[in-house]
Amino acid sequence: MADQGKLTLYSYWLSTCAHRVRITLNLKGLDYEYKAVDIVKGDQSEPDFVRINPMKFVPALVDGDTVIGDSFAIVLYLEEKYPQTPLLPQDLKKKALNFQIASIVSSGIQPLQNFVVVNYIEQKLGSQEKDAWHIDQFNRVFTALEKLLNGCARKYAVGDEIGLGDVFLAPQLYYVIKKFHMDMSNYPILARLHAAYEEIPAFQAAAPENQPDAPSI
Amino acid sequence: MALESIEPQKLKLYNYWRSYCSQRVRIAFNLKGLDYEYKAVDLSKDEQFDPEYEKLNPVKYVPTLVDGEVVVADSFAIILYLEEKYPQHPLLPKDLKKKALNIQIASIVTSTIQPRQNLPVEIDFIEGRFDLDKKLLWAQHYLNKGFTALEKLIKDCAGKYATGDEIQMADVFLEPQIHAGITRFEIDMSKFPTLARLHEAYMKIPEFQAAVPEIQQDAPRGS
Repeated sequence: MADQGKLTLYSYWLSTCAHRVRITLNLKGLDYEYKAVDIVKGDQSEPDFVRINPMKFVPALVDGDTVIGDSFAIVLYLEEKYPQTPLLPQDLKKKALNFQIASIVSSGIQPLQNFVVVNYIEQKLGSQEKDAWHIDQFNRVFTALEKLLNGCARKYAVGDEIGLGDVFLAPQLYYVIKKFHMDMSNYPILARLHAAYEEIPAFQAAAPENQPDAPSI
Repeated sequence: MALESIEPQKLKLYNYWRSYCSQRVRIAFNLKGLDYEYKAVDLSKDEQFDPEYEKLNPVKYVPTLVDGEVVVADSFAIILYLEEKYPQHPLLPKDLKKKALNIQIASIVTSTIQPRQNLPVEIDFIEGRFDLDKKLLWAQHYLNKGFTALEKLIKDCAGKYATGDEIQMADVFLEPQIHAGITRFEIDMSKFPTLARLHEAYMKIPEFQAAVPEIQQDAPRGS
């Protein structure tokens, strides 16, 4: 196991991007300090955070004197620096499938549900259109993912070991199922994977409602 | 006794001239000196929905790479696959911090800018509800935001190229996006001097020139 320096994660409880990183840290058994950034209130523009991450995006990871923004970059950095519980198989084809799943989630779905975009749509087109648009986007991409997974999913997204694909899928599925109550009956593989992730302690601990900045119910 | 030379199976790239995701992969191929067979998929005619293509890539996006028995889809996945299988002209530095920076830049392009200008978003949803001017404004809004973020990020780390003096993955992802901003979305690049300078530098490099959309074999004449 690589020596772990002090890790600090700037995170927002509900951010799916931060959620991915939390899962990764947990899977690799890495302790970290959680620093909450309330992106709804605009904490990402506070001088203290801007000094850490001038891009003002969440999540950001600080590892000693290295600062990394962007969940994809953070997860791949962690994968290389702390190789325990590897998230990428050796086989090039399976590795590519993991990247493809992660990429479809991070570029095909998440950007379109990001609250800045959603607010923009709501402003321009109204609340009902906003919801219709959301569902439309989710269905489009879930249809594609379900087809892709049909060829490679077994216990998890690509085979029987947890991989990068699962790390990216889990937060997305959590979001649409728990926040949107989306009907998953057309996506049996995705629904099954969601149920499987819910059983894994590393994933449970990363769930939004278990974060220090989650509102108490 | 001379060894029989085994003809390597040709790489095939299913792509579209105007697809910025495809352009990234074309640049990566060229940088690594990899020959490939160009298989055009005309998105404007919905050829990505042809049953033959769907059999190859059930997700029905472009680009798709066929390397012998292996099929890889999604430009990010393809480029990382090429990087590992064909390590000549590496696109990722060994240094973890610089590597992370390259991935971050690539990720910003693929997840915060490109999807919001992307064809399906425009056609499926916006076109019916927004007029043409508004479509352009929508794309420009996100391009400007994304370019502002990128300019901030690379201002202090750019050398001759985006993350230093060697062409790396960040450059491969940046150029198609900048190209789109200039040629299709009328972005005022004077606000982004580093990106503008990088674009000028890329346009002097044969491997980038050869990947430009307008000169691809499926580009309409007069593009």
